[in-house]
Amino acid sequence: MKKDFLGLENVSKEEIQELLDRAKFMKAQIKQGNKALDILKGKSIVTLFYENSTRTRCSFEDACMYLGASVCNVEVGTSSVQKGECLVDTAVTLDKMMTDAIIIRHSMAGAPAIIAQHTNASVINAGDGMHEHPTQALLDMFSMEERFGTLKGLTVSIIGDIKHSRVAKSNIIGLSKMGAKVKVYGPNTLMPWSFDGFDCTVCKSIDDAFIGSDVVMGLRIQLERQMRGLFPSNSEYTRFYGITSDRMAKANNGAVVMHPGPVNRGVEISYDVLDSDICIKDEQVTNGVATRMALLESVCI
Amino acid sequence: MKTLIKNGIFNGNKIDLLIVDNKIAKLQESIDEQVDKTIDAKGLTILPAFVDMHTHLREPGFEYKEDIETGSKAAVAGGYASVCCMPNTKPVIDNKYIVSYIIHRAKEVNLAKVYPIGAITVGLKGEMMSEMGKLKQAGIVAVSDDGCPVSTAQMMRLALEYAKDFDLPVLSHCEDKSLVDNGVVNEGANSSKAGLNGIPSAAEEVMVSREIILAGMLNTKVHICHVSTKGSVSLIRDAKKRGIKVTCETCPHYICGTDDLILSFNANSKVNPPLREEQDRQAIIEGLLDGTIDVIATDHAPHSKQEKEIEYQLAANGISGLESAFALCYTELVSKGRMSLEKLSYLMSEAPAKIMNIPCGEIKEGGLADITLVDLNEKYKIDSKKFFSKGKNTPFDGWEVQGRVKYTFVEGELKYEA
Repeated sequence: MKKDFLGLENVSKEEIQELLDRAKFMKAQIKQGNKALDILKGKSIVTLFYENSTRTRCSFEDACMYLGASVCNVEVGTSSVQKGECLVDTAVTLDKMMTDAIIIRHSMAGAPAIIAQHTNASVINAGDGMHEHPTQALLDMFSMEERFGTLKGLTVSIIGDIKHSRVAKSNIIGLSKMGAKVKVYGPNTLMPWSFDGFDCTVCKSIDDAFIGSDVVMGLRIQLERQMRGLFPSNSEYTRFYGITSDRMAKANNGAVVMHPGPVNRGVEISYDVLDSDICIKDEQVTNGVATRMALLESVCI
Repeated sequence: MKTLIKNGIFNGNKIDLLIVDNKIAKLQESIDEQVDKTIDAKGLTILPAFVDMHTHLREPGFEYKEDIETGSKAAVAGGYASVCCMPNTKPVIDNKYIVSYIIHRAKEVNLAKVYPIGAITVGLKGEMMSEMGKLKQAGIVAVSDDGCPVSTAQMMRLALEYAKDFDLPVLSHCEDKSLVDNGVVNEGANSSKAGLNGIPSAAEEVMVSREIILAGMLNTKVHICHVSTKGSVSLIRDAKKRGIKVTCETCPHYICGTDDLILSFNANSKVNPPLREEQDRQAIIEGLLDGTIDVIATDHAPHSKQEKEIEYQLAANGISGLESAFALCYTELVSKGRMSLEKLSYLMSEAPAKIMNIPCGEIKEGGLADITLVDLNEKYKIDSKKFFSKGKNTPFDGWEVQGRVKYTFVEGELKYEA
């Protein structure tokens, strides 16, 4: 049976913990400059990105190479999806080249699930529309665990465009499985219709989102949401929903600020917070490579 | 031509039924007569053949999805003697030539009776009224812009007023496109879970309200297509109480399915209006039971594999419904004890025929011999690969159902035998 990694929804607490533990080993290796492991020697992996991404694709590519796998990048502009070959045909073509794993990013929910039904290769979801971004949540959880020792009992606030954010969703699913308490907050127009099935609480005010929190996670605000009229302006957003040092003062001692990147400086997070020690967004990037190495190992072997 | 149906079941009693030409000549406990053909209907229940007031036959223009021949085969296999086909073809049914073509082609195919529905507006564009009078003379039985809602209230007002002159039912596809926005599934817990953009119930209900208000103001009839939400049921129930001449239909997929079916990302569950939640499904069944909902129509919407086996967001809307409608409804409503067989039969035959002013079968001496024989005890799995329709797109593939159509007679002629 091939192993797919389509989302955290169907991954157990134990499996997540195993990945986080293994990522610790991987991080130690790359920190020592040990980037020529042979754990995946002889394996071939394809990255199939229908949506632009620098950090996620590089992170996956590095993870593949550090583990000794060969990696091939297929870049598909969004436009060719509709003009050219259909998703399933592309996936089957790559599959028939005896690929061991296909890492897919797509702007539409469910694309990884659809190709997984047609391929022998394992399919890894590198973000699909507004559905899930499970490896981002893994690296976020790894970063929190590294900082606080455990996820159990941790209070994590996620602030911003929850409705459109696959990062928020995978984090809510993963963190709640690991025993953390998740709070969410954002403009009503950027909140989903329903949180049924998601174990999180919706904050009543912006202060509520900071008080008692160990981690405050900002989400990238997409400019096009503002253009579509979902919130009036960036400066209004910053004033009422931004992560600022005044607000961080209400969080728990030792609280950190996280962001999946790329950041709109001064919009989701104020400049001073971004450049202070409490913001661990750069550490998140390193952890991304380590957790993806752990994941690739578990999927491909 | 004489056909004798032996040992059938009608109203719970064993009965023989003699068809002479297109009529039921005799209905007696036992008939012995020289006939051209005898059918042993032991254990089979005799029903008036079904009438579908909402079918997409796709011809002309989209023959890769379906054509009049395959659609007619699907119809009779589903127990339907009559189908009313929607005008969103290419070209649109907004001129008499297309109406004549469809009627001509259906006669050549000679299976189900096909009644075209004309467009309310030219090209389904919502701008100029179609020539409803000429279309009626050519043979349409109703008007609808199905699939493209009439977006302005003024256009709908004019259409309701003008269609009344020709006694043409107006079938309204209720959907406020601005509220749909970029939605593809029901807005609710499952749209959040799947990360697919949601369509709120209000997108349907806002326009249902508009049609009710217009019909009330004009004191004219309006028919609401494919009701899918609890809110629509309650709006229509209230309007009927107030004496407004509103009728409506729902479809087997709103009776049997919910948006839990979207979670696999299999786009065969993508339909417009979208599959809703359990509370909506229950309200739909309530509405059928208390008479708020008048008709079960299929909204048979066949599509090709390449329009369904793709990203959910890009996939086409619609479910291939003719060949599973009866079994799905029988299983969910009758075999679970919520509805009588007579009521289901009425909802699928006489009720739509009345709204569309077209003939339907009647199991009595002198009645039109549009007849379906069903085995109510047969259990089977829906297998879309075996559909006569080109559209294999159904989220109910593999579902265990009860109640199989065995024979379909259209005007006394046997058109389908399982």
